[in-house]
Amino acid sequence: MLAKRIIPCLDIRDGRTVKGVNFINLRDAGDAVELAQLYSKQGADELTFLDITATVENRTTFHALVRRIADKIGIPFTVGGGIRNASDVGALLESGADKISINSQAVADPSVIDSLAMRYGSQCVVCAIDARRNSRFDTPTEEGWEVYVHGGRTPTGLEVVSWAKEAYGRGCGEILLTSMENDGVKKGFALDITRRVGEAIGIPVIASGGAGTMEHFVDVFTKANADAALAASIFHFHEIDIPDLKIFLSQHGITMCNRQ
Amino acid sequence: MKIAIVRYNAGNTRSVLCALSRLGYEATVTGEHEELRRADRIIFPGVGEASTAMAYLRNCGLDSLLPTLKQPFLGICLGMQLMCSSSEEHETRCLGIFPQEVRKFKAPNNEKIPHMGWNTIDAGDSPLFNALEGPLWGYFVHSYYVPLCTHTIALSEYASVRFTASLRKDNFWGCQFHPEKSGSAGERMLKNFLEEV
Repeated sequence: MLAKRIIPCLDIRDGRTVKGVNFINLRDAGDAVELAQLYSKQGADELTFLDITATVENRTTFHALVRRIADKIGIPFTVGGGIRNASDVGALLESGADKISINSQAVADPSVIDSLAMRYGSQCVVCAIDARRNSRFDTPTEEGWEVYVHGGRTPTGLEVVSWAKEAYGRGCGEILLTSMENDGVKKGFALDITRRVGEAIGIPVIASGGAGTMEHFVDVFTKANADAALAASIFHFHEIDIPDLKIFLSQHGITMCNRQ
Repeated sequence: MKIAIVRYNAGNTRSVLCALSRLGYEATVTGEHEELRRADRIIFPGVGEASTAMAYLRNCGLDSLLPTLKQPFLGICLGMQLMCSSSEEHETRCLGIFPQEVRKFKAPNNEKIPHMGWNTIDAGDSPLFNALEGPLWGYFVHSYYVPLCTHTIALSEYASVRFTASLRKDNFWGCQFHPEKSGSAGERMLKNFLEEV
């Protein structure tokens, strides 16, 4: 049976892992490759590395680090941050990344999703969506959410579910949905919007933002039906360890890969 | 031992190279016929689309060479699918090593396609799975599958279909999952392919 996935996320600046609260206030969380090896050994199902300064400072992404990660770890990993075009993507995949995640650039030019999917295959194109509540998008029955870009600083006027459907229609292979409302505050994932995005598209949804307890993971898998859950600081700072989390989730009837 | 990884336009070669290197092996990525003939082991990885990959293989004559090779040969993911007779992916004629048709997953219960992530592998008795105890998990990413057949040596299940996770005919082996991305069990399978087959 296909397992639900637990994905530690490493936000990278200058080769080191950092983690902020609500996208700012960065704290150092250690060497990226060492952390990646630790998580792989602990049973993480995939890893995600986001070059958080790439868009802001217009830096090219971190190919040397990606190569070192590919050398050391034997599980799939996604890289993102500041990817602008097919040649950025080609270089990252050649460096050993399995998937790339695009965010701001996909909003600026949605056709980039089509061309990347065509050239490299949908399976390696992850569309990251940073979402924040906006009552302007409320309907009589549902709360509205807006897409933000540029590290969560710029509102786009796009509604989250319709943007997710467009990205899916253009050929992306997964949606990484981050609730900025919930990110870093450990009150649980944004269940309602995660569930609605998942019901609207035929590809996996990775829920991100808000994990604080093991029960939060149970909720995102059982109530929001996420395919994967991504978290950062709770893993980096050992508030929850992956082996314990997987045992807990298995005990709650959620299929976990307990590979040796 | 000379290990050759087939160079073509649908490779995920660096991941395979890295996994081999962690096992202490070096490999050459090559499309040269003579070099492929001389290798002790051949690995045929693949990520991408079947018709584009087959067009490339035909263009450089690899479509006629690969089925004639005699050394242990391992196709991974798309590589394994290309070893079959045909694929529903753009109605592509493939290499014909395994007489199977590759089919697209239907999603009878709105399952997400591609089948992506870790799934259990039910493996039979085969040197490829030597020294692998307990539940066996592999990392899969695919929208097409090889139905169960006489060559199946391991199976998995998704979207109400039991399909071939691994198969073998003579010197030809295939894995639908990615051993190079399946953690230490996957590395053990690669090691078995190099040392036990």
